[in-house]
Amino acid sequence: MRYLPQTKQSRKHMLAAVGVENIDALYKDIPADAFIKGLADLPLHQGELEVERTLSAYANQNHAAPQGSFFLGGGLYYHHIPATVDHIIQRSEFLTAYTPYQPEIAQGTLTAIFEFQTFIAQLTGQDVANASMYDGATATAEAALMALRINKTRHKICIGNALHPDYRAVLKSYMGNHEDTEVFDGLPDADTACVILQSPDFYGQPHGYESWRKICDETGALLVVVINEIISLGLLPAPESADIVCGEAQSIGIPMGFGGPHCGFFACRETYLRQMPGRLIGETVDEDGRRSFVLTLNTREQHIRREKATSNICTNQGLMALAFTIHMALLGEDGFKQLARLNHETACRLADALEKIPGVTLLNEHFFNEFTIKLSKNAKDVVKAMAERGIIAGYALDDNQLLLAATEMTTEKDIATLITALQEILL
Amino acid sequence: MIAEQKIEKTIINIAPQMNDGNHGLHYEENLLWEKERCDHSGVDLPKPDGTALRTGQSARGSIGLPQVSEPQVVRHFVRLSTWNYSIDHGFFPLGSCTMKHNPRLNEKMARLPGFAHVHPLQPESTVQGALRVMYELQNWLAELTRLPGVCLTPAAGAHGELAGMMTIRRAHEAKGQGHRKIVLVPDSAHGTNPATAVICGYTTKTIKTSETGRLTIDAFKEALGNGDDIAGMMVTNPNTCGLFESDIHEIARLLHEAGGYFYCDGANFNALVGKIRPGDFGVDVMHINLHKTFSTPHGGGGPGSGPICVTEELAPYMPVPVVVKNEDTFHLAYEDERPETLGRLRGFVGQFGMHVRALAYMMSHGADGLKQVSEDAVLNANYLLSQLKDVYHVPYKGTCMHECLLTDKIQKEKGVSTLDIAKALCEHGYHPMTTYFPLVLPGTMLIEPTETESKDAIDRFVIVMRSIAEDVAKGDTEKFHHYPVSTPRKRMNEVQAARHPKLRWKENS
Repeated sequence: MRYLPQTKQSRKHMLAAVGVENIDALYKDIPADAFIKGLADLPLHQGELEVERTLSAYANQNHAAPQGSFFLGGGLYYHHIPATVDHIIQRSEFLTAYTPYQPEIAQGTLTAIFEFQTFIAQLTGQDVANASMYDGATATAEAALMALRINKTRHKICIGNALHPDYRAVLKSYMGNHEDTEVFDGLPDADTACVILQSPDFYGQPHGYESWRKICDETGALLVVVINEIISLGLLPAPESADIVCGEAQSIGIPMGFGGPHCGFFACRETYLRQMPGRLIGETVDEDGRRSFVLTLNTREQHIRREKATSNICTNQGLMALAFTIHMALLGEDGFKQLARLNHETACRLADALEKIPGVTLLNEHFFNEFTIKLSKNAKDVVKAMAERGIIAGYALDDNQLLLAATEMTTEKDIATLITALQEILL
Repeated sequence: MIAEQKIEKTIINIAPQMNDGNHGLHYEENLLWEKERCDHSGVDLPKPDGTALRTGQSARGSIGLPQVSEPQVVRHFVRLSTWNYSIDHGFFPLGSCTMKHNPRLNEKMARLPGFAHVHPLQPESTVQGALRVMYELQNWLAELTRLPGVCLTPAAGAHGELAGMMTIRRAHEAKGQGHRKIVLVPDSAHGTNPATAVICGYTTKTIKTSETGRLTIDAFKEALGNGDDIAGMMVTNPNTCGLFESDIHEIARLLHEAGGYFYCDGANFNALVGKIRPGDFGVDVMHINLHKTFSTPHGGGGPGSGPICVTEELAPYMPVPVVVKNEDTFHLAYEDERPETLGRLRGFVGQFGMHVRALAYMMSHGADGLKQVSEDAVLNANYLLSQLKDVYHVPYKGTCMHECLLTDKIQKEKGVSTLDIAKALCEHGYHPMTTYFPLVLPGTMLIEPTETESKDAIDRFVIVMRSIAEDVAKGDTEKFHHYPVSTPRKRMNEVQAARHPKLRWKENS
C-alpha cells in the first residue's frame, strides 16, 4: 500500500519494543463482537492508475460548465480563476498545514488570513471580519444567533426580502433548536432581534439600505445584510450602514465544485466584536518586537468556553479564504471593479437579447449579473429541453420563471446559442 | 533635495518591516496594502463598454484595495508560505487531529473539470457522475461504521456534531420525548461537544473520567440518574486520553434502556477504521472527519467535512439532501421525499470536493489497506509511548490506541512546562503535539503519530523528546523559556493581541 511506510520488519521490531505478541493485543479493550471478521465488505486497494480511471469516468458523466453555454447562478457562480490561485493554494506549506495554533511556525497562514479579514472588511464597509465561515447559508444562521445574543430579550428573526431558499432553510433549522425563537417574513417589531436583507436578492434585484436602516433603528433591530455574489460589491454601494454583513465569497478564486467547499464570510461593527462567531486573527508582536499575527479573542470559542462559547465552530475555510485572498490580490482595486462592471454589462447584453424574444418578459427592474424572466412555457421543461441541447439555462422557479446569471465567462456565442434554442423551444 | 526626502519618507511609511530580517532563505514580507501601488491590475480583463448601469444605484467609489502585478502577488504568497510548518515538512504529531499524509492523487481528482466546474442546481441528468461519487462515499461510510444512514452535508467535524445532535433531538420530538433536554458529556470531551449540545438547545451534565482515564459504569449511572430527562450522551471513542472505553457496550446498553441515544465523536476513528465498527458497540450517531481519517488536507484550518452516519431508526430524521439510487439513476432526496428530516444545515449538498478526495483515498486503500491504517496507527502510537515512558510521566498505564498521553509532571518539578516542551519542539523542527488537552489532568501532551510515519521518523522524534527530557533532568532549563529562537518569529505577545484587537490592516495605524 503506497501510503504506508511501515515494513513487515519494522512492524515486528515495534511490536517487540512494545512488548506484545501481535497487533490484536493492542485492541484488547474492545468488545469482541465489534471486530470485523476478516475484511470489511468493500473492494480491495487499487493503484493510482485504476482510481484515476474510475473517477475520471465518473467526472466525464457530468456536464461541466466549460463545455458550453452556462447561465446558472442562484448563489453560486461560474467565474474565471487565474492559474496563480490554484497553483499557490496547492503549495504544501498552505495545503497541508493545520489550524495555526503554533503562531511561531504558522505566520504564513496567519498573515494571509489577516489579509483576508482586511479584504472582507473593506468590501463590506464594516469595521471587522472573521477568518471565514463554512458557507453563506451557515454564516447567515450564525448572524441571526449573534443578533439574538446582542438583543438578548428579543425572540424573532425577520426576513426582509427574497432570501436564498437554502439560506432560509438553514436559518430555520438552526432556529428550530430554540423553541422560543421565531423566523418570519415582513417588517420588524419590538421583539425582533434582526432583519435579514439580501442584496442582490435571490431574484437578482439589488436593494438600497437606507430605508431598512431607518426601519431597524425605529424598532431596535439589527440590520443583517447578506451578499451571495460578492463581485457585486465592486459596483453596488457597500452595506456600510448594516450591523452585520455576511454571505458567500465563492465567486472570487473558488470553483463551483458541485456545491463546495466554498467560503462564507462574516463582518460586523466593532461594537459587536466579542459576540462574533468563528476564528479571528489579530496583530501583535513577538519577543523581539516584530509584527506578528495570532489567533485571538479565543475566549469566545468552544475550546476555552465550552458550553458558554459564542458558537461551536472549530475551524474556518482556511484554504478557500486563501484562494479568495490571492485572487483579490491579483485583481486589486481596478481589476475588482472592472470585473464587477464586466459582469453587469454581460448581464445587460443577455437581458437585451432575451427581451427581444416573444414569450419572454424580464421581471427585474434592476439587476447586477443575475435576473428573473417569465416564460410562456413551464420553466422546468424549458431547462430540461435546454440541457438536452447542452445548454445549462438557469434555475427554474415556479410559475414559468427562470433565474439566469451572466458572468465574465459568458461569451456572445453562448448568448446566441441560448437565444436560438429558447426561440425554438418557446415556439 | 525635496524629492529625496519624499522617497525616504515613503520607504519608512510603506515598509517598516523591510529594513531588516532577510537572511539566508528567510525573507521578511510586508502586507499587500504596504506595497508600492501598481497603476494596473494583476489580471488583464476586457475593457468594459461603459454602457448605462441597470443596477438602480450609483457605482461604488473607492474601496481602498491594494494593487500589485502578478509576479509580486506570486512572490508575496510564496514568501508567506515559507513561514508555515506542514505535514509535508515533517512529523506532525498533533493528538486527535490525525495529521496524516495528504495524497496528491486526491487533489488531482477533485480538480477534474467534471467535478470542479459543475453546479449543484444543474438538472440531475447532467450530474450523474457527481451524485455517484456521493452515493458511493455514503456506502463506504455505512459499511465502515455499520451505521446505514449517511448524510454528507455537514461542512466540518463540529458541524457534523450539530447535525448528529439535531438528529437525536428530532427523533425525541417525533417520539413525544421532547422534554429530554440533558446531554451527558465526559470531562475529557472536545470543547465542541458541550458547545454543540448548547446550540441544540440542550444543557450538559458532566461525567467524570476515572483515575484509569476511562468512564466507569458507576460514574455513568450516577450522571444518568433515572434517565427521564436524558436526551443522549456524547462520547469520543477511543477517548481523548488515547484509550478505548472498555465499558462502552454496557454504558450504551444502560443509556438505550433509559431512552437516550449515543452520539460518538468520530475524531478518533483512525484507530478503528476497517477493523472495528462503531455501530457494533452501541453507537447511534457518529460524525466522520474526512479531513482526519480520510486524508483530505487541513489547509491551514479548513475546509473540513463531517458527514454523519446513523442507525436505521434515526435515518429518517437526519438532514437533507441525501443521495438515493432509483434503478440506474442517482437522485438527491430533499424534504418532500424525507418528511421527517430535521431540514437543511448547509447550502447546496456539502463540501463535495472533499467527498471526491475521501473516496479517492478509500479506493486507494480498499478494505485491506484501511485495516492496515488502523493497525499501523495504533502500533506507531504504542511504539512511541514505549520509547518515552521512562522519561515522561504517563498518567494511564498500559497500551494506548492511536495516540498516547503524557504530562509534564516530571519536567514541571524543574520549572519546564508543556508549553516550554512544545516550543522546544518548534525550535527543533517539529510541530508540537496537542497541548493542555484533554483537560482532565494538568500539563497534558497528546501525541498522535498516524500510520503514515515510518519507524525511522518516529525514532528521530523520540531522540529529540528524550534530549529535551535529559536537558531538563540535568537542570539545563533556562533556554526552554525562550524557545523557539530559530523560527520566523519568537513567542508572541498574545495578551496584547486580545487587549487591543487589531484585526485588519488600516492606513496609518
